[in-house]
Amino acid sequence: MSLFQLLNGLTFAALLFVVASGFTLIFGLLRIVNLAHGALYLFGGYIGYSVAVKTGSFVLGGIGAMAAIAAIGFVLDQGLLRFVRGNELRQVLLTLGVAFFLNDLALVIWGGDSFTVPIPEMLRGGTRVFGTFYPIYRLFVLGMGIFVFIGLWVLLNHTRLGALIRAGVDDAEMVEASGVNIRRVFLFTFLFGSALAGLGGLMGGAFLSLYPSADAEILTFSLAVVIIGGRGSLVGVGIGSLLVGLLNTLGQVMFPELAYFVIFGPMAVLLAFRPLGLFGRAT
Amino acid sequence: MTQPVSKTSVLAGMTGRALVIAGLVVIVAACLPMVLSSYQVGLVTEVLIFGVLAMSIDILAGFAGRTSLGHGAIFGVSTYVVVYATGQAGLSPWAGFALGVLAATAVASVFALLAVRTSGVYFLLLTLALGMIVWGVCLRWTQVTGGENGMRADVRPAALMSHSAFYWAVLAGAIVVSFAMWRFVRSPFGLTLRGIRDSESRMRSLGYNVPLHLFIGFTVSGIFAGIAGGLYAMFNNFVSPSTVALAQSVEGVLMMIAGGVGTLFGAFVGAAAIIVLENIVSSYTERWLMVLGITFVLIMIFAPEGIIGKLRAITSRKVR
Amino acid sequence: MDRRQFLKNTTAAVAAVGVGVAPWRSAQAQAGPIKIGLLAPLTGVVASGGKEMVEGVQFYLDQVKNEMGGRKVELVIEDDASNPDTALQKARRLVEQGNCHMLIGNLLANTGLAVANYVKGTGTPYFIPIIAADDLTQRARIKNVIRVAGYSASAFTHPFGDWALKQGYKKIATISQDYTFGHEQCGGLAQVFTEGGGQIVQQFWHPLNTADFSPYLGQLADLKVDAIFAMETGADSTRLIQQYASFGLKEKTPLLMAMNGTDQSVIRTMGPECEGIIAAAHFAEGSDVPTTAKFEKDYEAKYGKIPSLYGFSMYSGMMWIDAALKKMGGKVEDREAFIDTVLKTELDNSPLGKTVKFDDYGNPIYDVYIRKVVKRADGKYWNVPIETYPNVSQFWKYDPATYLKQPPYSRTFQGIKKT
Repeated sequence: MSLFQLLNGLTFAALLFVVASGFTLIFGLLRIVNLAHGALYLFGGYIGYSVAVKTGSFVLGGIGAMAAIAAIGFVLDQGLLRFVRGNELRQVLLTLGVAFFLNDLALVIWGGDSFTVPIPEMLRGGTRVFGTFYPIYRLFVLGMGIFVFIGLWVLLNHTRLGALIRAGVDDAEMVEASGVNIRRVFLFTFLFGSALAGLGGLMGGAFLSLYPSADAEILTFSLAVVIIGGRGSLVGVGIGSLLVGLLNTLGQVMFPELAYFVIFGPMAVLLAFRPLGLFGRAT
Repeated sequence: MTQPVSKTSVLAGMTGRALVIAGLVVIVAACLPMVLSSYQVGLVTEVLIFGVLAMSIDILAGFAGRTSLGHGAIFGVSTYVVVYATGQAGLSPWAGFALGVLAATAVASVFALLAVRTSGVYFLLLTLALGMIVWGVCLRWTQVTGGENGMRADVRPAALMSHSAFYWAVLAGAIVVSFAMWRFVRSPFGLTLRGIRDSESRMRSLGYNVPLHLFIGFTVSGIFAGIAGGLYAMFNNFVSPSTVALAQSVEGVLMMIAGGVGTLFGAFVGAAAIIVLENIVSSYTERWLMVLGITFVLIMIFAPEGIIGKLRAITSRKVR
Repeated sequence: MDRRQFLKNTTAAVAAVGVGVAPWRSAQAQAGPIKIGLLAPLTGVVASGGKEMVEGVQFYLDQVKNEMGGRKVELVIEDDASNPDTALQKARRLVEQGNCHMLIGNLLANTGLAVANYVKGTGTPYFIPIIAADDLTQRARIKNVIRVAGYSASAFTHPFGDWALKQGYKKIATISQDYTFGHEQCGGLAQVFTEGGGQIVQQFWHPLNTADFSPYLGQLADLKVDAIFAMETGADSTRLIQQYASFGLKEKTPLLMAMNGTDQSVIRTMGPECEGIIAAAHFAEGSDVPTTAKFEKDYEAKYGKIPSLYGFSMYSGMMWIDAALKKMGGKVEDREAFIDTVLKTELDNSPLGKTVKFDDYGNPIYDVYIRKVVKRADGKYWNVPIETYPNVSQFWKYDPATYLKQPPYSRTFQGIKKT
């Protein structure tokens, strides 16, 4: 595979990582399969787009998207999900209802046209990477992916909060029994995971564009990432993203007829041998 | 819920009152085409078909404690095979129907193999992912499935061309299938499934092969989903990837929940509620998707036991 | 007591069982309104196009004060949700419950084909200004499915192939959505281009809604071709055009697109990356033909946006139906006569710019524009004709009978002449 295609795979993987890491944090700690995550991505993208167009600032767009989606996450968690805690099926379907609602609301607010988030001047155009012409913005996405990975790694492994989250993933009741207010950790994780979806929406909205049903597409990829990587594992979601991103590129180049199957075929095989994913642990 | 289970009669466990109610429901259902417009007969036909799908999900969810988010795909595989067999391969509708159910059963058994080792949220996630693989294949295997455009064929047998004739056929099918499922969940095998639902570890320590039971349960449920899918092929004479999409699975699960998990026949009530709601709302507002989303949320929060479950709760309170 | 009588007596009693609207069974009086059922995707992936379809229809009805062929018009709008199953259910409702005299609309081929398959059985006139599947006016014609102001997919790419030859292009690569609409549009260009001595170097087929085009663009960049032909719709088109520019291909290789690719519905949210793309179509919103320019101006004044293919096609389609209804005094109940009249009607003074009529297979014969995306004085982008192919048949210059003997365009048959 040429360097060019490798970069394509890596940059796509970086976006998937940002989106899917939020998904897996929530899934790992709260045991919620948040099917509204894709809708949060799309909504974040739209809000980021509007803010970026109004203010002319990509950074403000990012902050706006993350803040707004965290706020929606707050309403979702405190206003709705609290009524169905502990029942996985009800949680899943409730988030799906929320996804329907958010998607239709986005259609009302922004119409159904495709939008592309404007890229700041300094990230436009291309550059040469080892002699290969490549768009700067996509390299920026790759950088952001790495940045988020490092940030999350530090958060999870070198802070008290991170230790609580990790302990909560393994056994939430135990953490609670030790006198920690695990609810607050849960809430923080939910808001943080949602904000990552919003950030992903802005990043993806600038090169994959925003339109109705973009949410379902990114959700499908995120699910694949999390299933491959395993619940609540940062390394797992990193490796899952790389696999899905590279397989997606490889599949489109080498087996165009099977482009979709190339991602989900290996996933099915993996499931047969490791139903909990590469890094998932039974609880 | 404490009817005596005797093994002497095929109607074992059905009280006289229940029998009378079932008879009345069937008679009323059979008379519907005489009073409804042809479009409404079509809607009721759809209710029956999706009721069977929802019931097949209920076998697992209500009696084995495993909710599948992949049954829409199993249902749709049957639809695809029936349309393909009659349209492309030129088989008779009945042969196509049989093949469709067979294919759905095969797919269900593969799903079951992969999924029975998991439970809870992993089971949801796995069945959802497996359903997506099926969807991806239907979408991408253009040469066979027609891709995005799907396939059309005159699947419906000539004798069932009229709305009411087809409705009666589906009604007859639904009655047979419902009865079969009812027998299934009340059989010793079904009781074992319930045991697994209530306490997996206890069943295991009692020496039951839990994965094998779940495997069989899943596969049997796939047969029924396949029957529903085959009927749907005859209903629409058409199939496209949206028939196997996640939305289909979710709709089935929602119908089951709206009716009441573990009530089996509540599936028809749930199917009717959802289909009628979609129809009424979409004729009044463009924003039906939003209304549907809100309904989802409200059902999950306020009526998780479903319509039939709620009714039962109310009546039992009165009895007391 | 016959069944109908029995029905009348009992309907009231059981209406509550129904779905909100009481069954409406009595035959419509001749003087009643003409009921038109409009199917459009108001939700789902192509929702914005669906909204414009409704606008196009309403725009026309406003202009004629809601009267066609001397009778009032009752428009019933249903959302097909960009989903064929839903489209089918809504079509049933419009025909069986709403007693619509005719159906019009649908955007996505799969919804249109599902509805066409249904009306084949009911005989309801169904008008498809947007559904472009070739075979609906070629190998699998359905009498009551009529392409008013619509087109067959390969009809415009045939002349486009010819135009590409005239530009001196020798080698072209194509990239297209992998479904019938894409196969047909690519096939039209590939056949004419290769028969004229050109070479199709490679063809890429990608799934609808491809998130990331970079893998394909990487391969396209390596091919060393004179031009690239892309067939994209909706968001895929937005992404392809945008990524084509960001990977620096725009400066290197001219981009030719099938008409939906540079439709207003796509380029209205875009910037300079769409400038200069060439497409072939029967409609160019930047045309200076007076009727087209007037339509564009009025539409923009009313809805605040330049009309897209969808608004334009539905508007013209309604106009065509109206012209036929006028000829027969609004007697829409006589289906056979209605269908025949529509097929014999020629359309004047439409935004199409000239008189249009159907060929023997029910496909309209248009002048085909080769059009280019240019920046308007106010900074918006639109399509302006740069060349015209007059009176283009869906069979191009081939004999229809011979043409129909070749298989329909598909991924495996692109009409490419082997050299």
